[in-house]
Amino acid sequence: MGRWCAVVGVGQTRHAAKRGDLSMVGLVREAAIAALEDCDLSWKDVEALVIGKAPDMFEGVMQPELYLADALGAVGKPMIRVHTAGSVGGSTALVAAHLVQSGQFSRVLTVAFEKQSESEATWAITPKIPFQPPLVAGAGGYFAPIIRSYIQRSKAPADVGLRVAVKDRKNAMRNPFAHLHLPDIDIETVANSPLLWDPLHYLECCPSSDGACAMVLADEQAARKTPKKPAWVLGTAMKSEPTMFPGRNQINPRAGRECAASVYRQAGVRNPREDIDCAEIYVPFSWYEPMWMENLGFAPENEGWKMTLEGATAFDGDMPINPSGGVLSSNPIGASGMLRFAEAAMQVSGRAGEHQVSGAKLALGHAYGGGSQFFSMWMVGSEKR
Amino acid sequence: MSTQQGRPLPDPIKMVTIPSRLDYTITPGEAPTRFLRGILEGRILAERCPKCGKVYMPPRGSCATCAIPTKEQVELSAKGTVTTFCVVNLPFYGQAVEIPYVCASVVLDGADLPFFCLLAECPVEEVRPGMRVEAVWCEPSERKPSLENIRYMKPTGEPDATYESFKEHL
Amino acid sequence: MREVAVVSFAQARSVRRDILRNEVEILMPVVAEVVAASGLSRDRIGFTVSGSCDYLAGVPFSFVMALDGVGAWPPIEESHVEMDGAWAMAEAFTRLQHGDIDSALVFCFGKSSVGDLPDVLTLQLDPYLVAPLWPDSISVAALQARAMIDAGLTSEREMAEVAVRSRRDARQNPYAQLSGDFSVDALLAEPCISSPLRRHDCPPISDGAAAIVLAAGDVARGLCEKNGRTPAWIRGLDHRVDAQNLGVRDLTKCPSARIAAEKAGVSAAPIDVAEIYAPFTHQEILLRRELGLDSKTRINPSGGALAANPMMVAGLIRIGEAASRVHKGEARRALAHATAGPCLQQNLVCILEGE
Repeated sequence: MGRWCAVVGVGQTRHAAKRGDLSMVGLVREAAIAALEDCDLSWKDVEALVIGKAPDMFEGVMQPELYLADALGAVGKPMIRVHTAGSVGGSTALVAAHLVQSGQFSRVLTVAFEKQSESEATWAITPKIPFQPPLVAGAGGYFAPIIRSYIQRSKAPADVGLRVAVKDRKNAMRNPFAHLHLPDIDIETVANSPLLWDPLHYLECCPSSDGACAMVLADEQAARKTPKKPAWVLGTAMKSEPTMFPGRNQINPRAGRECAASVYRQAGVRNPREDIDCAEIYVPFSWYEPMWMENLGFAPENEGWKMTLEGATAFDGDMPINPSGGVLSSNPIGASGMLRFAEAAMQVSGRAGEHQVSGAKLALGHAYGGGSQFFSMWMVGSEKR
Repeated sequence: MSTQQGRPLPDPIKMVTIPSRLDYTITPGEAPTRFLRGILEGRILAERCPKCGKVYMPPRGSCATCAIPTKEQVELSAKGTVTTFCVVNLPFYGQAVEIPYVCASVVLDGADLPFFCLLAECPVEEVRPGMRVEAVWCEPSERKPSLENIRYMKPTGEPDATYESFKEHL
Repeated sequence: MREVAVVSFAQARSVRRDILRNEVEILMPVVAEVVAASGLSRDRIGFTVSGSCDYLAGVPFSFVMALDGVGAWPPIEESHVEMDGAWAMAEAFTRLQHGDIDSALVFCFGKSSVGDLPDVLTLQLDPYLVAPLWPDSISVAALQARAMIDAGLTSEREMAEVAVRSRRDARQNPYAQLSGDFSVDALLAEPCISSPLRRHDCPPISDGAAAIVLAAGDVARGLCEKNGRTPAWIRGLDHRVDAQNLGVRDLTKCPSARIAAEKAGVSAAPIDVAEIYAPFTHQEILLRRELGLDSKTRINPSGGALAANPMMVAGLIRIGEAASRVHKGEARRALAHATAGPCLQQNLVCILEGE
C-alpha cells in the first residue's frame, strides 16, 4: 500500500434541498474551509487536489472543477477530477489517498459536491436517448425491481425497509449537518407515504440535496503535526463489473464482495461483524441496508434483514450502520460517497459529536454506483496496524 | 441587512434562470443498427456471444464478460417472462408515460438477460414475477428505429414460469 | 519513485464524424490492440482507468458502456476521470507506485462530432457570468491569439507556419485526419473565422480513441524485450492548473505549463522530440516558450492536435506518440504535453526516456 496516509481534517456543508444562500463556489468552499480549519491548515499547505462529483448534467456545467479551481485554491497545483457514478465520492477520496500513499504528496485536499437544485437530477439521469423507450424513472425506478427480487429471494418481512428508513432518520437527529430532520418519523408515517416506485415508499428513498464534503489527507509526518487525532487509512479498494450480462447477480454483486474482501485483507479484518465497530455505507433506498449487510459479509446470504430486525444495525446495536443518518438523510449525490468515508474517519478519530459510536476504533466507509457495479471502500482506524 | 457607506444593499440574488440548449445527433453504432433494422420490421434480433454462447437482448455489439464483439444474430419471439418489476408513481420533468405504470424487467424466451419494458393491459396489483408476457407492437406505419416500437408487453395468459426458470436473470 | 514505463500504445484513426460506429465500437479494437501489443493477457492487468466526458457524448454516465465493451469480468480494479486520458494515465502512474500491482491499462474515447463542439465547450465556463453569453471555444482562443500578437510574441505568419508544418508532418501519420502540403501565403489569404484566427489556426473536430499499457520495473523490461521495443520510462510527470477566469490571467503566459515542465524536469537534459497538445497554432508558440523547448527539439512529428483533435483523447495520444518514438529508438528523451480547459488552463507534462 505504500506510505501511511491519514485523514487529518474533515469538513462538510449543512445539506439542504436548496442552498440558495450559496453559489457552487460558496458550496465547495464551505466544506473545504471547514476541513482546513479542522486540522489547522491553510490553502497554502495543500499540495494537490482531487475533486469528485456525479454527472456534470446535474448542474449543467462541463467539468466544473475547471471553473472552481481558483475558488478551491488549486491555482498552480495539480488537480484531478474523478467521476465513477454514485461511488464517485468514495473513489475521489481513494484517488486522494493514493496520491499520499504513493509518496507524491504530503497533504492533499479532496472535495466532492453536488448542487442538485441547479438542475433537475431525475431528468439528468433519465435523458431521452434515441432508440430506447423512456421508461426507467430515475434511480428508484432502476433499483426498485432489484429490491423486489431481494425480498422474494430472501423472504424478508415487508417492514424491514420501513425500519431502516426510521432508524436512519432517527440517527440524523444527532447530526446537525443532515438534510432531513424528521423527529416524529415512525413506521406508520413511512408506510403511509406514497409508493413512488412500488415497493419503495417515498420515505424509504433518499432526498435530493445540495451539499459538499471535504477532507485533508496527509502522510505520517504531516499528520503528526495536526492538532486532532488522525484517522489512519488501513485499506483502500475500488472494484467494477459490467452493467448487464447474463447471470449477473445484481442483488449481491461480486464486485462488491471482492472490494470488501480486499479492504478487509489490507486492514487485517478476519470477521467483519466482530472486528469492525461501525460502518457508513451507501444506502440510498432503505432495502439496500440488508442487501449490503450480505454483500459486505456482515450476514450470510438472504439473512441481512435479520440484522435490521434484531436492531444490530441501530445506533446502540452491535454493528451500528450509518450513525450519521446516511444517504437516506442527506444525498448530495457526488458528495454522498465521500460523506460515508469522512463519517467513518470521524468515528475512529472521536470527532463525530452527538452521533459518536462509543469506542469506535475501526470503521468502514462504503460507496457504490452505476447499476450496483462500481464499488469503492476504505477501512479507517484509530491506530496504524 | 448589511449596509455599505450608509446605503442599504439590495436583496441578494439567490437564483437566476439561464436556459441552455445543446443539440446532439447520436449515432447508434453498427450493432444497434443491426438490431434497429429488425425492430423496424417487427423482428427481434438478439446476438450470441461466439465464446460463451449467451444471447444478448438488446444486443450491444459485444459480450460484457468475454469483451469480444458479437456478430451472430438470433431471432427471438416476442414472448417472455417478467423477472421483476416496479410500479412508477413518481412524476418528473420530461416524463413520457402517464403514471402509475409498471416498469418490468422481462427476459425474452431464448435470451440470457432481461431488459426493461412497459407492462400494460393488466391491473397493476396483478403483476408478478414469473408472469408470461408478449409484445404489443405499434402499427407498421408508426414504426421508427426504436424499441418504442414495442408499445408495451401484455400478459399472455399462460401459466406462470417457475422461479427456478428465471432466478439466474434477477 | 517506482520505475514505470509505457509498454504499448494504440489509437483509432481520427475522423471528422464516424457515422457507423458508436464510442464503444471505436474503442473496443483499440483496447484489444493495445493489450495484445503489450504482451500481457487481459487478466494480468492490475488496474484500469479511463478518461471521457459526458458533455461530449450528450449522455450521463457515458463511460459505463465503454467499460462493458472492454471487459470487466471477473470484476476489475477500475477508476475513471472526467478528463483527457493523459490524466487517467497520471492516476495509473500513482496507483503503480503502491507496489502491489505491476501493470495498468489506460484508455480514453470521445466523439466530438455528436454535438456542436465549440458550443459544448462553452459550458466549461463560469456558469453564472460567462457561459450565459455563449462565447464559443474558438472565440475564446482568439482572445488569447490576439493578446499574443499585440504583445509581439507571434504573428499571423508564424501561426500559419505552425499549421503548414503540422499538416505536412501529418502526411506520415496514418491516424491523422488533416494532412497535406499548404503554402503559408495561401493560408494567409483565407478570411478569418474569429479574428485573428483563420481556419488553419484551429484544430479539426474529431472522433477517436486511444489506449496505453503501463508496466513497472522488470515487468516493463521483460515485456519490451520480448516485443523488441525500448521501454519508454516515465522519468518526470507533473500537471498543474491555472485560474479559469480570463480576466485574472495574462493570456500570453501559461504558468501552469511552466511549473509542470519544471517539476517534470524538462531542463535536465535535451529533449529530442516533443508532442505538444496545442489545439490552436498560437498555443504551440506559447507552449514552446513555457515548456522551455529550443529549436533543437523536434515538435509534433505526428502533426499534433492541428491534424487530429479527438477531445479527451488527444492528450493521451501525445503521450503515446512520444512513447512510440522512444520504443523505436528514434528518440532518447521525449516530452509529451496535454492540456484542458479554455486557453490552456490545465497542463500536464510527461518526460519519457529510453534506457
